[in-house]
Amino acid sequence: MKSETERTVSRDRRSFLGVLIGVGTVGVGALLSIPLVRFALHPILAKTTETAWSDLGLPDDFASLASPMKRLIKVEQRDGWRRIISEKSVYVTKGANGQLRVLSSICPHLGCSITWNDAKTQFVCPCHVGVFAPDGALVSGPPPRAMDELETKVEDGRLKVRHQYFRQLVSTKEVLA
Amino acid sequence: METTTPTNEASSAQPERKRGRLFAWFDRRAGLRALLHESLDEPIPGGARFAYVFGSGLLFIFLSQVITGVFLALYYVPSADHAHTTVAYITKEVLAGSFLRSIHAYGSSAMIVVLLLHLAQTFLYGSYKGRRELLWISGCTLFALIIGMAFTGYLLPWDMKAYFATAVGTNIASEIPLVGDWLKRMMRGGAEMGTLALSRFYVAHVFLIPAAIFALVAAHVYLFRRAGAAGPISEDPINPKQNPERFYPRQVLMDLGFSLLLIAALGFLSYFVPMELGPKADPADTQFLPRPEWYYIPVFQWLKYWPGGRAIIGILVIPLIVIALFIGLPFIDRRLERRPWKRPVAGGAFALVFLSLVALGALSYRDDHGDPGLVKQLAKQREETEQFMRAPFEPELMGASPAAAPADPLVTEGKALFEAQSCSACHGEGGEGTAAGSKLIGVGAKMSPEQLAGLLRNPTDKMKDGGMTPLTIKDEEIRAIVAYLNSLK
Repeated sequence: MKSETERTVSRDRRSFLGVLIGVGTVGVGALLSIPLVRFALHPILAKTTETAWSDLGLPDDFASLASPMKRLIKVEQRDGWRRIISEKSVYVTKGANGQLRVLSSICPHLGCSITWNDAKTQFVCPCHVGVFAPDGALVSGPPPRAMDELETKVEDGRLKVRHQYFRQLVSTKEVLA
Repeated sequence: METTTPTNEASSAQPERKRGRLFAWFDRRAGLRALLHESLDEPIPGGARFAYVFGSGLLFIFLSQVITGVFLALYYVPSADHAHTTVAYITKEVLAGSFLRSIHAYGSSAMIVVLLLHLAQTFLYGSYKGRRELLWISGCTLFALIIGMAFTGYLLPWDMKAYFATAVGTNIASEIPLVGDWLKRMMRGGAEMGTLALSRFYVAHVFLIPAAIFALVAAHVYLFRRAGAAGPISEDPINPKQNPERFYPRQVLMDLGFSLLLIAALGFLSYFVPMELGPKADPADTQFLPRPEWYYIPVFQWLKYWPGGRAIIGILVIPLIVIALFIGLPFIDRRLERRPWKRPVAGGAFALVFLSLVALGALSYRDDHGDPGLVKQLAKQREETEQFMRAPFEPELMGASPAAAPADPLVTEGKALFEAQSCSACHGEGGEGTAAGSKLIGVGAKMSPEQLAGLLRNPTDKMKDGGMTPLTIKDEEIRAIVAYLNSLK
């Protein structure tokens, strides 16, 4: 039978093994934490390819548009494992050359809902009396820029609009992610 | 006041580096040296062996289960409405989600495998002998708790097999006389399996049982250290005589090596054969054949032989006798003899139980593969699971306008006015409130219709400062808006 001293591993070997265990544990631990970090950061790392286009109807519906028309659109958003559909109101109007323009109803000043005043034929924001022309151009009041035009396209013969939010209180139109 | 010794130590041993000084600083305050000595210098009679790695291995997988479990809870929702969707989201969309879920799900099987190895080693080595009754009992309790973790965790994905296996499992409990029915309703949170059952299983799985496991692991390790390592079968379990070797470094290295093997095996399996998720639980399905996890198969098969009136013998009497014998082992088998070949009764009993479990498993396999009807149904279930796994993730749709149209025309008119007057711009859609305006839901309970109408006409100064403009509309319209406000609940 071996004696106790023989069985005890030498001091040098003990500290070498200590380093080996330490490095090994840290290395394996780091490797194992990669999937954990990816998992936890999924909402930030994952690319959202979805661009929410909402249906506005047939382009012909707006061919004989005399004054801006309010439309409710359904906006689809992903919220983790949920899909939420919310309603937003937009205005369909005509630009200077007669082309269709879709305007956000959110005031670029402080975010109130802009209303169309048929009697005065202008857009008015009721909160702080911002006034816009029928094509959305700024007429008077505190808003820093014209009403925000939304991106549109015609797909399968239907007019689609992309609802986005823009930064308020600045003179340039900046998309909020 | 500091003693002068450490300073002298530092100055006399001048090659002592910064690291050593830092360690000494911590040691004086936290007693690191004593702690390390206590945990690493435990004597193992007869030296380190690979046979002793299973306890550490179990602790390691348990930690892995805790970590992966906490991460899974980032996305999981314990409700019958959402549980299956969130697990599908984890499995099909979240980065590394399928991998982590697989590590967790296979981890429960790994837990059982290593638990059985740990148990077999303890039994064959006679390591429960010599004043180790409490150590054995704490181990038996941990066994039961781990089985409980496997049982409660199985329901959480809320797919077909989870639902029906747990329905059967809780039905078995109801066979127990007197308390059985109460126990079943207690577990299910009612007569049927619904969302309350899921909540209960979730609470047991993530709060109650883990807390008990933490406490019992502490007790188990304490009792183990108090009794001392039993050493090889030739050793006297009470007064060890063989030359001891310290736990560190060789036994630590072996334990870590085994843990590395376990995580490598789990990682390999999870990466190449990820755990599947079946279609969402459909309680109305009458075709589904639930099959429990492999470690429950012998018990599942056993129950087939105890129909009707005799069920109580198979479900209660015989299991209770086996459990009592199992827990009472160190009290019954009091000899200090540890060599298995000198313990024919204990060895025979162990072999008998082990072979019975294997035989029951084999019989279950034969039953499932002998009947063409069963084979067909089980194949169909596998196909449905694979079909579900191939389908892309389907997010849960949340309704656009939950109550499409309020019945009262005055309310409808009020709602239209609420939007036309841009009230919703600040107070939010449906009066839910925004950063710019207060929430109006429930305002009807706080104020009378007259008060509300008055405030709409003449807002207070505070309201005006917040951006509220007085309404200059007809009285009927004011009434309509008030009716709408009252409907917001």
